[in-house]
Amino acid sequence: MVTNAASLGRSGVHDFILIRASAVILTLYTIFLVGFIATSSPLTYDAWHGLFSTLPMKVFTLLALVAILVHAWIGIWQVLTDYVKPLALRGVLLFVFVVTAFAYLAAGITIVWGV
Amino acid sequence: MNLKIAVYRYNPDVDTKPYMKDYTLEVAEGTDMMVLDVLMLLKEQDPTLAFRRSCREGVCGSDGVNMNGKNGLACITPISTFKGKKLEVRPLPGMPVVRDLIVDLTQFYKQYEKIKPYLINDDKTPAREHLQSPEERAHLDGLYECIMCACCSTACPSFWWNPDKFIGPSGLLHAYRFLIDSRDTATEERLSELDDAYSVFRCHGIMNCVDVCPKGLNPTKAIGHIKSMLLKRAV
Repeated sequence: MVTNAASLGRSGVHDFILIRASAVILTLYTIFLVGFIATSSPLTYDAWHGLFSTLPMKVFTLLALVAILVHAWIGIWQVLTDYVKPLALRGVLLFVFVVTAFAYLAAGITIVWGV
Repeated sequence: MNLKIAVYRYNPDVDTKPYMKDYTLEVAEGTDMMVLDVLMLLKEQDPTLAFRRSCREGVCGSDGVNMNGKNGLACITPISTFKGKKLEVRPLPGMPVVRDLIVDLTQFYKQYEKIKPYLINDDKTPAREHLQSPEERAHLDGLYECIMCACCSTACPSFWWNPDKFIGPSGLLHAYRFLIDSRDTATEERLSELDDAYSVFRCHGIMNCVDVCPKGLNPTKAIGHIKSMLLKRAV
């Protein structure tokens, strides 16, 4: 048993589930957005504004932003623990990436609720 | 026919850094032989060349080396595999080199030790033996054949980067061999030991291990089974 506290999940299997569940949300969100853009031509400001002003789309967008945070946190932690061996540098890099992902989430909440 | 061979040489007592040494071997036209035979002929030319070998027939797993970029057993790899190209022999990648083609496998064995590679059974000892049905025994096929040559684990990037934390394909193949054994009663404890972010889950399924296994085994499949067992326990 190897212990760690820097990843998001409580255990290996928890990380495994979180990374796949968030991938499902991100895939669905991507397919939906690409589908919307492909089928609404011409894509006007009104159509785009209309889409994001509905509650389900706001919730879906926030879910996608939380999924990015979860997916990126675990994924970046895995990549950094593979390739960055100096502990201080790894810690700083992980901090920067996770804070950035939180910033995206905060910005997303503000933007989506402003529509 | 002249065989062109380059061998990784490093003697820490003499050399400041490793280097590739070129050799030429005169053999009869159309001759095929195993890479181990080539190494033994080279050792006659140059007795300072060091490598491990024992059974010379793919059973002991001592002569795992990297040949033209791919890990394998020198004793069962014919030179005809390389279709007349120059043969380049290097030690198994990612491990500390003791000398020439000999690597230090301490880390590899430590991971093997971690998975408790023996049957644990807390039941009352039977009068004669622990019986298995043919179906239960069949679960061990494709697992028990591993000879621990380390070709798979040293072909795995996850093992290169975290050899102290990731069990590696060979160790995990053995772990599953005991998890699935009907006579073993420590399944729960074994799974608890493996449920962290490194031991099993550092495997991202790139299947280098399957590609190089000289015994044709499939560690990735065994690791997939362990992940399923961990998932079933958690969900």
